[in-house]
Amino acid sequence: MDQQEILAGFSPERANLLPLLHALQDNHPQNYLTGESLNAVARHLKVNLSWVYGVAGYYSMFSLKPRGRYVIRVCNSPVCNMLGSSGIIEALSGILGIGKGETTPDGLFTVEEAECLGICDLAPAMMVNRTVYGNLTKESLKEIIDELRIIKKGQK
Amino acid sequence: MIKEKRLILKNSGVIDPLSIKDYIDSGGYKALSKALTGTPEKVVEEVMSSGLRGRGGAGFPTGVKEQTTAGKKEGKISYVVCNADEGEPGTFKDRVIMESDPHLLVEGMILAAYGIGAEKGYIYIRGEYYDSIAKLKNAIRQAYESGYLGSNILGSGFTFDLEIKPGAGSYLCGEELTLLESLEGKRGYPRIKPPFPAEKGLWGKPTLVNNVETLANLPGIIGQGSEWYRSSGTDRTPGTKVFSICGDVKKPGCYEVDAGVILNDLINDLAGGTINGQPWKAVLLGGAAGTFVPFSFSDLSLCYERLKERGATLGSGAVIVIGSDRKLIPLMQSILRFFRHESCGKCVPCRLGTTFIYESSIRLGEADHDARILIVEEIVNHSREMAKSSLCPLGQSPVLPLGTLQIHFTETIASE
Repeated sequence: MDQQEILAGFSPERANLLPLLHALQDNHPQNYLTGESLNAVARHLKVNLSWVYGVAGYYSMFSLKPRGRYVIRVCNSPVCNMLGSSGIIEALSGILGIGKGETTPDGLFTVEEAECLGICDLAPAMMVNRTVYGNLTKESLKEIIDELRIIKKGQK
Repeated sequence: MIKEKRLILKNSGVIDPLSIKDYIDSGGYKALSKALTGTPEKVVEEVMSSGLRGRGGAGFPTGVKEQTTAGKKEGKISYVVCNADEGEPGTFKDRVIMESDPHLLVEGMILAAYGIGAEKGYIYIRGEYYDSIAKLKNAIRQAYESGYLGSNILGSGFTFDLEIKPGAGSYLCGEELTLLESLEGKRGYPRIKPPFPAEKGLWGKPTLVNNVETLANLPGIIGQGSEWYRSSGTDRTPGTKVFSICGDVKKPGCYEVDAGVILNDLINDLAGGTINGQPWKAVLLGGAAGTFVPFSFSDLSLCYERLKERGATLGSGAVIVIGSDRKLIPLMQSILRFFRHESCGKCVPCRLGTTFIYESSIRLGEADHDARILIVEEIVNHSREMAKSSLCPLGQSPVLPLGTLQIHFTETIASE
């Protein structure tokens, strides 16, 4: 969707700042907020760019840097951590050859460490874009990544 | 063997959460029709006499909150805000309610709005809960189409509009005043309290902020009466509680039971007991900002009054079970790392304090027995200072798990 179309879907009130940032980020193939989109939001809501930048930089779901098509957020909060999330992050780094906060050279995957995702009954767990994966093991992890590599287009 | 008692989760897994017809067929929106034939005061009175206490963690009487908010209104605008920013580690009950019975929350919000005379409401929901957001959006659309939302609801003359606003991954926004800041399109920084939201909430107007589970109790209370509601739970914690049990248990998940349930019954009868079959080492009640209890507390009755007597909290209803073969130091470090990460940085005691106590906990690994006792003491003392001087509940929280770790597990930690 065109950026202008997205902006037009939100009335110009400040309470729409977070929803707007979500919509613009979700719309970008690299899952991030460009400088240009922050400017457009500031103009649309008639607030300073610094305000928009300050908000976008505060919340962990927003990224100001390009990310992969699939953003993998591994939960590392106390419950997942107790049930082995550190091993999952390590295994993921091994499979993809990247560390936390990095993106694979083909632009397909970004690995992030997340705080509690609210799926503790499935710990250790992670989210890939909007999809939840739980009860992770090193084996299931490999299968998930292989599958995503095949789908490539994927659902967002 | 205890069994679940499902008042809030009665439709969960039974009806199609995308169908308003299913909800209505199971008795849904009857409480709203009933409420609209009476006065708003009647709704507040009913909630008041039900003894319902906030299910988000603080346990404040919901009726009192409603009455205060309604009293501040004086013809001005007021709001109802649902706190669906469930971020406390170990807690996932609100997600289950929203995913499996979204109309229950919508009806609860309309009832609360009618009670306090609010014409606008928001559900502030954590951004990661994509499924809950989709289900609620669908439910709200259906409620508008059926005349339960919008102007002149069911011909009563009462008007209420409801909107969803997603959060974006900040634990702190689950704190009510920070949530309101975020709703207003700002960084998630806490406000100084008082004034409370009932007085100066969203855009400075009187605002009722309630947790998902709290609001989900209203259709039952209004529909079947406060006396019926009081037949569940205990005298001072009436009703049921949805516990989210996770960690080293065979069947982690959400279980709804009478408030006052015995801790070990909950773990053994409903969650299938511990994975290794041995008695558990510890339970962390209420999430990262909760309290640790040792196995000698297995007969603990989970209601506000009994828990308070024994220095524990109910919090959000998270029950994190820690098996006999677990070490507590890594768990403690994980909890402190969490607080360090989520501290917003606005006030100094919390910004520096969360880092200091985390780094101190890292030293525990290499320290010997006696040094560990001293480090634990140092960390607990520091967290006490933080609790006294921090602006919001985040900086005030670490003392809860740390203090109870020290009371019950100092020797365990020292000899791990």
